[in-house]
Amino acid sequence: MSRQGQRLAGRSLLYLLLVVCAFVYIYPFLLGIGTAFKTDPDATAHPLNPLPAHWVLTAFSELGEEDFVRWLANSVVVAVFVTAGRVLLDSMAGYALARLRFRGRGAVFAAVVAVMAVPNVVLLIPKFLVLKQLGIYDSYPGLILPLMTDAAGVFIMRQFFLSVHPSIEEAARIDGAGIFRTYWSVVLPMARPALITLTILSFQGSWNNFSDVLVAHQSPSLDTLTTGIGRMVSGQLGAGTQYPLQLAAAIAMTVPVAVLFFLFQKYIMRTGQGAIKE
Amino acid sequence: MAGWLMTAPVIVLLLVFLVAPIAMAAWVSLSDWTGIGSPFASGVHSVGTRNYQALLTQSGLAQQQLGESLRNNLYYVILVVPLQTALALGLALAVTRKRLTGRGFFRTAYYFPSITSSVAVSVIFLYIFASTGVVNGVLSYLSLHGPNWFSDPTGVLQIVYSGLGVTQPPAALANHGFLGLAWWDWLAGPSVAMISLITLAIWTTSGTFMLIFLPAIYAIPAELEEAAIVDGATGWQRLWRVTLPQLRPTLFLVLTLGLIATWQVFDQVYLISQGNPAGTTLTPAFLAYLESFGNQQWGQGAAIAFILFAIIVVLTIAQRLILRDRSAGERSPG
Repeated sequence: MSRQGQRLAGRSLLYLLLVVCAFVYIYPFLLGIGTAFKTDPDATAHPLNPLPAHWVLTAFSELGEEDFVRWLANSVVVAVFVTAGRVLLDSMAGYALARLRFRGRGAVFAAVVAVMAVPNVVLLIPKFLVLKQLGIYDSYPGLILPLMTDAAGVFIMRQFFLSVHPSIEEAARIDGAGIFRTYWSVVLPMARPALITLTILSFQGSWNNFSDVLVAHQSPSLDTLTTGIGRMVSGQLGAGTQYPLQLAAAIAMTVPVAVLFFLFQKYIMRTGQGAIKE
Repeated sequence: MAGWLMTAPVIVLLLVFLVAPIAMAAWVSLSDWTGIGSPFASGVHSVGTRNYQALLTQSGLAQQQLGESLRNNLYYVILVVPLQTALALGLALAVTRKRLTGRGFFRTAYYFPSITSSVAVSVIFLYIFASTGVVNGVLSYLSLHGPNWFSDPTGVLQIVYSGLGVTQPPAALANHGFLGLAWWDWLAGPSVAMISLITLAIWTTSGTFMLIFLPAIYAIPAELEEAAIVDGATGWQRLWRVTLPQLRPTLFLVLTLGLIATWQVFDQVYLISQGNPAGTTLTPAFLAYLESFGNQQWGQGAAIAFILFAIIVVLTIAQRLILRDRSAGERSPG
């Protein structure tokens, strides 16, 4: 084969592989979306075909009977409070750790890094114990407060502030603005890109959180989408194998995160990356 | 002063919901608390290390379940970590090729499962791995009869053994064991049911790790690659001699993160299998939850959580030492 022919074959093979992989990653979602509009027998009889024989909305109307709206409302409440808390508290702490000189700063930062290393799953029983002890088990504060700050967010914000030159803030300080005023009206607006990243990560993290919500409550009225659908799927609500219903719930709960992802893809994809040379 | 004020909320929250809970759980793991009232109430007594002994040194159900969960999780880690790392690296290398059309599309496609919740992904996998699902549908096109994925406790290695004609365990392996589990059971491999959970993990997380590889690949100096081409190195040689050595730090990071995450598998077990069939998808994290929240054996549940914590810490340190020694050795002249 000629050199050019070889190169062409190589490139075709690369594209073929990329497309096959993309298919494997996307097809389960397409199948989920399509099956959500199927009837139960159709879903079982034609598992490979994402297109329903007849489009029906049965699954979605059944979701209404499963307290879906209540779960949705709880998810929104938890995600909004957790996100607001994290953005505010993490950026404040990150700023202080990056810029302000105070006694014990090194120790605080070391503690934050150490906390990041504790595996979350190990904390499930401990979290339940402390919520019980504080008397906020099975309440909204119990769902929200433990997630309200995360060491990783503090770390991200600190790294961001370290990468920005302090000259603008110094100018504000010279003009007589106090530390909090400088932080609020000069630093925060400047930190927009990092704040957007943190907002998306926090929202996605709390919206998708299953295990922390699970151990923080027992009343069905406090179920979020994750634990509500989780109980439905693990058979505790007697939904059995109604695949269209389960998939409709799964797809519906994914929509907000997916929308956010497509709108702010740049910010999400950048978290793993430094400067990209393309 | 302002520094303390600005960090105070974070410090308080971390103290209350992280440090204090760990201390409380440590006490509970040494106590006979039954979940009623406060663990600090006067009726709760210290039992010393009895909970740990029941798990680690005394033969019984507790020990056997811990042994099973460790075996299951071990196979899970051994399969998921290398496969997801290799896949993530392969995808990252592919989407960073020069003059690639549709780069954004491919990246998005591979990364999308990573942003989806474990609940949604579990629901989808319950459907595609169902006995009449997609996976078995594809297998039947290949004239293969797919198993009943979620209810098949057969170990994959046991299938291999019986294919080799070994259906009865040798006495030495059947009569001796470790942590309440016969060696024959340790060697059973992941169950068919566990394979579906393993597939789910690889499918969901490879995109996350692909994202970590991307900047490292872009950071490789172009001159290195060009020099290798001038020297007449083939693509394969360039991958092994130029690209991979440059990516070593990122590779270590991904392996470490993968190791820590895979030992914590909980959501999927709770949602898909609840440890079934026959305890072959039981993991230490789920067992700790089951013992405490399900059976009200809080002392034992907390003890399992701490044992898992210790395993993760020891393995992470061990991995660091091994990988550091090796890279230090390779860097030395000679």
